Amino acid sequence: MATPKAIVLRAAGTNCDKESQYALELAGFEANRVHVFRVMETPALLDEYQLLMIPGGFSYGDDVAAGKILANQMIHHLADALNKFVADGKLVLGVCNGFQVLLKSGLLPWGKAGGGEANRDATLTWNDCGMFVDRWITLRADSDKCVFLTGGETLTLPIAHGEGKFVTTGDTVLDRIRDGDQVAVRYDGDNPNGSTDDIAGICDPTGRVFGLMPHPERFVDPTHHPAWTRKKTDRADGLAVFLNAAKHLK
Amino acid sequence: MIHRIEVRLREGFGDPHAEGVGAQIRELGIETVSAVRSARLFFLEGDLSTDDVRRMAAELLADPVIEEFRSTGVSPVKVHGRDGHATVIEVHRKTGVMDPVAASTEQAIRDMGLEISSVRTARRYELSGDVTDEQRAIIARRLLANDVIEDVHFAAFTPPETHTSKYELKIVELPIRDLDADALEKLSKDRDLFLNLTEMKAIQEHYRSLGREATDVEIETIAQTWSEHCGHKTFRSDVRVTDESGKEIEQIPNLLKTTVFGATKELDKPWCISVFEDNAGVIEFDDEWAVCFKVETHNHPSALDPYGGAGTGIGGVVRDPMGTGLGAFPVANTDIFCFGPPDMAIADVPKGVLHPRRIMRGVVAGVRDYGNRMGIPTVNGAVYFDEKYIGNPLVYCGTIGMLPREKCFGNPRSGDAIICVGGRTGRDGIHGATFSSGELTHEHETEFSGAVQIGNAITEKKTLDTLIQTRDAGLYSAITDCGAGGLASAVGEMGEHLGAEVHLDRVPLKYAGLSYWEIWESEAQERMVLAVPPGNVEEILKIFAAESVEATVIGHYGTPDEHLRLLYDGQLVGELAMEFLHNGLPRPTKEAVIKSVERPSPTPKPKDNYNDVLMKILASPNVASKEWIVRQYDHEVQGGSVIKPLVGVEHDGPGDASVVRPVLSSRKGLVISCGMNPRLGELDPYNSALHAIDEALRNNIAVGGNLAQMAILDNFSWGNCNKPDRMGALVAAAKACYDGAMAYGTPFISGKDSLNNEFQTETGETIAIPPTLLISALSVIEDVARCVTADAKEAGNILFLLGTTTAELGGSHYLLVEGVESGNDVPPVHPAESKKVMQSVQKAIAAGLVRACHDLSEGGLAVAATEMAFAGGLGVELDISRGTGVPPVAKLFAENAGRFLVEVVPENREAFMEITKDIPCGEIGKITDTGRVVIKENAGTIIDVTIADTKQAWQGTFDW
Repeated sequence: MATPKAIVLRAAGTNCDKESQYALELAGFEANRVHVFRVMETPALLDEYQLLMIPGGFSYGDDVAAGKILANQMIHHLADALNKFVADGKLVLGVCNGFQVLLKSGLLPWGKAGGGEANRDATLTWNDCGMFVDRWITLRADSDKCVFLTGGETLTLPIAHGEGKFVTTGDTVLDRIRDGDQVAVRYDGDNPNGSTDDIAGICDPTGRVFGLMPHPERFVDPTHHPAWTRKKTDRADGLAVFLNAAKHLK
Repeated sequence: MIHRIEVRLREGFGDPHAEGVGAQIRELGIETVSAVRSARLFFLEGDLSTDDVRRMAAELLADPVIEEFRSTGVSPVKVHGRDGHATVIEVHRKTGVMDPVAASTEQAIRDMGLEISSVRTARRYELSGDVTDEQRAIIARRLLANDVIEDVHFAAFTPPETHTSKYELKIVELPIRDLDADALEKLSKDRDLFLNLTEMKAIQEHYRSLGREATDVEIETIAQTWSEHCGHKTFRSDVRVTDESGKEIEQIPNLLKTTVFGATKELDKPWCISVFEDNAGVIEFDDEWAVCFKVETHNHPSALDPYGGAGTGIGGVVRDPMGTGLGAFPVANTDIFCFGPPDMAIADVPKGVLHPRRIMRGVVAGVRDYGNRMGIPTVNGAVYFDEKYIGNPLVYCGTIGMLPREKCFGNPRSGDAIICVGGRTGRDGIHGATFSSGELTHEHETEFSGAVQIGNAITEKKTLDTLIQTRDAGLYSAITDCGAGGLASAVGEMGEHLGAEVHLDRVPLKYAGLSYWEIWESEAQERMVLAVPPGNVEEILKIFAAESVEATVIGHYGTPDEHLRLLYDGQLVGELAMEFLHNGLPRPTKEAVIKSVERPSPTPKPKDNYNDVLMKILASPNVASKEWIVRQYDHEVQGGSVIKPLVGVEHDGPGDASVVRPVLSSRKGLVISCGMNPRLGELDPYNSALHAIDEALRNNIAVGGNLAQMAILDNFSWGNCNKPDRMGALVAAAKACYDGAMAYGTPFISGKDSLNNEFQTETGETIAIPPTLLISALSVIEDVARCVTADAKEAGNILFLLGTTTAELGGSHYLLVEGVESGNDVPPVHPAESKKVMQSVQKAIAAGLVRACHDLSEGGLAVAATEMAFAGGLGVELDISRGTGVPPVAKLFAENAGRFLVEVVPENREAFMEITKDIPCGEIGKITDTGRVVIKENAGTIIDVTIADTKQAWQGTFDW
C-alpha cells in the first residue's frame, strides 16, 4: 500500500503541530500541517488523508474553555466532512488540547461531530490541583478496541495540561463508555488530575477515533525520557501509538 | 441592550480555583470565610433575541457537563444589591484594558452564525461566612484584583455600554526655546520624560538652531530614544573612577565598549555571527541553522502587575529573536526571578508594594500562561530571595531562537513599505521605556498604571506562525519588534540611516480616542514592524490575512533628507533629524567610587555535627526545590527535550542545566544554563561577577556542555548609578565580565541593563536592590546522547571532587542560615584554573567516563553530595579529611567556584585520573545504597542524615 497520509490540523494557538508531524513521519506517514481555515474553505481537502490529528496547544487561547472555540468551528463548519471522514473508516487522533476539541465537538465519546448532542455527556475540566502540570506518568492500555494501542500494554508518557480531568454527566454515561470498551487508557497508579476512574483517554465505538491527555509525540526518541541517563534503552513508548495507526492503515 | 450571563460550576463539581482563593484568604489571617465560590461573567451587547442569548450561553459559554448558567437582561449601569448572605466581589477590567477572551468569544459567536456587537468578561467571587467591609477590601485588593488594570465591585455589576468618541486632531506644541533651567526640569518631570537638565538643554539647543518650537510627539520620541532603557546611556558613558578618599584611580572611556563588548571583540570567535548589533546575539549551530539568544528584564512592570508584567516580559523577549536577522523561531525560554522573603509578615510590607508571595505567584502564573500558550518550552531558571527586592522584584526572561544561516541579517531599503503586523495599538504601555528608566516610589502604583502592558499570547503565536512563512518566502527585507518605545523605537531604529514617513492615522487601534503621540509611543504588545519591498506588499498581506493576522501599511522608509516625518490625516505632526535623534544625546562622564575595605567574616566555632546546618541550607529559599514552579511550565513542548530541569530516579532532583534538540532530525543540542549570586554582589561586586560567570559555565559543563563553543549573556540589574558607589560596583562587575570572558574564552553575545532599581518608601527611605548580575550561557554540542545528569547512578561508584576549596565563607549560605553577618571575604575566583577543570570534565564526559556530575554552588560540597544522593535514591559516603589549612566547616559549606563532584565507575578510575592529572582532583568518597548521606572528617562522622529527611527538607519550603 502507498504511504498513508496524515493531516495535522492547526489553528491560532496550536503549538504541538511540528513535533506531531515529526512523530507521524517517523512512523511512516506523509504528514502535512494545515490551518483549519483552509479546511473550512475546502472541506474536501480531508479526502486525500487517512488520518486526522488534532495536536496539543492552546487553540484560541483556550478562551471560554479549553478547546471550545476550535470545537465550535468544527461543529458549525466541518461537521459533515468530519462525520464522513470517520464513516469512511479513517483515523482521528486528538492529543491534549486535541482531545478536548474532540470531546467538545462530539467526535468523542460517540464518534459524531455536531451541535445538538455535542459535549453533553463528557468533558475535561480543571485538574484537582487547579494548576497546569507537566510531568511523566504511567498509562495502561485497557481497551482491545482502540486501533492506536495494544491492549494490556503499559506506556510511560508526559502530561502537560491544566484542564485534563475527565468527567461524565453521570454513571450511566460512564457505564456506557466502559461497557463499549471505549476506555482506551487509564493512569496506572498515580492519577495526576483527578479524572473519573483514572481515565486518561477514550476512543469512539469504532476504536478509530482516539483522544488522550498524555503526549505520545513527546516520547519518540529515547532521550525524551526524564531518566534516560540512568539506563540507556532504545524504547520510546509514544512512537508505538503512531506505528499502530500506520499498521492499521496498511 | 446588555445581557449578563453568569456561568458557575454545578454543585458537586469541585472548584479548585475558588478553593485556592480560600486557602490564600486563610494565609492573610482571615479565618472566618468558610467557603468561596466563583463564577465567570459574560456581558453580551447587541440586538439579541432571548433565544440567541440562551444558545450562546448553553452551547458556547457554559460547559453543560459541569456548569450551569443564568442570564439576565439588564439596562446599562444597573447595580444589584447584595446577593443573599454571601459577600460578593466582582473583578472587572478597566475600560480600555484588553480582554482576550472577549475577542475570541465574539469570533465564536459569529462562527455560530449569530451577530453580536461586543462581549466583555469579568470574574465573580462569593464568600460565605462573616467578612467585615475592611476584610472584604483587603481580600479584593491583595488577592483578587489589581488596581492597575481592574476595578472591584462589591455587588453584581454590569458595565455600561462603551462609547468612545473619535479623536480630533490637535497638534500640540511644547515651547522649549525660552525655558530656564527650572522650567526645563519641570517639563521633564511633568511629562515623565526622565531626562536630566543636560539632556533637556541639548534638546533646547537643537530647537534653537532649528528656529522653531518642538511638538509633543518630537519631545516624546527624543525622551524615549534617549531613555536609559533604550539608550543604555549609563553603560555607554565614560567613567571617572576614584577611591573613597576621592583620589582618581582611572578614567574608562565607554564602559560597555571597554569591558563586555571589548572582550567579545578581542576573542573574535569565528562561530559568532552577529553580536551586540541585533535584537539577540547570533552564533552558529550547524551548516544550515544559526541560534540566537536574548535575555531581558521586566522589573518595574512586574512590581506593579506581577501577572501582566511577567507575561509581557516573556512576550517581549520572545519578539527579540522573532525580530533578529530576518526572524528566528523561538525554541526555548529561560526565567530567573528575585523576590523579597516569601514568609515576610504582612505588616512589614511597605506601602505601595505587593507582598512577595503575591508577586511570586503572579509572576510565575504570568510566565506560565504566556510561555505555555506560545508553545515555547521554559527550560532553565533560578529564583533568589533577599529583603532588598521587596520594592523591586526582578524578572529576567530569556528566549533562544533558531534561524536559517542565510537569514541572519536584514537590511531595510529606501522605498520599502513599513508594515505593522500583529496586535492592535492601544493606550497600554504608554511611557514604559521612560518609566523603567526611573526609580519606583510608593506612588508609582497609580501614576504609571498606563505603563503596564496587557498581553495576548495567541496573537503573538499566530503572528509568529505567519511571519515564518513570509520569511521563508523572502518577502521582506528587514524586521524588528515593537518593544519599549513602541513604533517610535522600532521605526526609528530601522530607519536610522534612511529616514521614514509614517502615517499615524493608519495604525489599527484597539479603540478610538488615541492621540497621534500615544499611537507613536504606545507599547501595546504583539506587534512587529517589517520593511517590505513595494512589489511584495500585496502577497505578504495575503499570507497574514489567510490566518487572520492583522497587517497594515503605515508608511515607507527613505526620505530625501533622511528625516523622520510623522503625519496624521496628511498633516505633519512631527519631524526629526535621525542624526540628532540617534547621536545628539550628550554623554557626560559618570562618577564611580570603588571601595576597598577588607571585612572578614567572623570565624564560626567548630561543631561536632553539622546535620542541622545541612538541613537548614537545603530548606533555605535560594536552595530549596522550585518544583512548584517548574511543573507549571511546559518544558517539553516542541519535542526537543533532552535534559529537563528536574532529574533523577523520581524526576524531581535538581538539574544543573537543560539540553534541547532544536532541530528534531539532528542529534545536535543546545545546553542552556545560568549563574547568579546576589548575596555576593554587595560584598564584592568584582568577584561576584566572576562567580556568576563561573557558575553559568560550570552548570553548562556539568551536563555535557562545550566550552569551545559557549556564548554568554550579561543582564545587570543595579541601583541608581547616579550614585557613585552604585556606579563603582557596576564598574567592578563590568571589569570582571571582561576578565572572565577573556580567561574562559567565552564571548558575550548580547546583554541588557536595568538600572535605577531603587524603591522610595512613604517615609522617604530608599531601598536599593543588591547589585544583581545574571549570566546566561549557551553552548552547542554534537551529540545529545553524551549528556549526563547530576543524580547518583549506582552504589559502588567512586566520587571525585574537582577544584580547590578555601577557608573563606563570605556570602555563604552557611553564614546565612546560622544568622551570622557576613564579611566581604568572598572566595576569590581563579578563572584560569576553573577553565582547566571545566575542560577536563568536558573531556571525561565526551570519553563516556562520567556517570553523574554535579556542580558545587550554594551550600558547597555537603549540599551537592546530598542532592546527588537523594536525586538518585541512593546514598553517599564522603571522607573530607584530606587537605590542610581549611577547617571542616569550609570543606563542607564553602562556596568556591570551579568545583564539581563526579561519579565514575571503578573500572574507569585510572582513565579518569589520567584526564584530570593536571588539575586539583581527589577521590573523596563513594555512592552507597544505604539511603544515607555520611560525611567523615578524620575519625569523626560530622554529617549523617537520611536522604528521605534531606529531600523532605529540600522540597518542603515551596510545597505550595
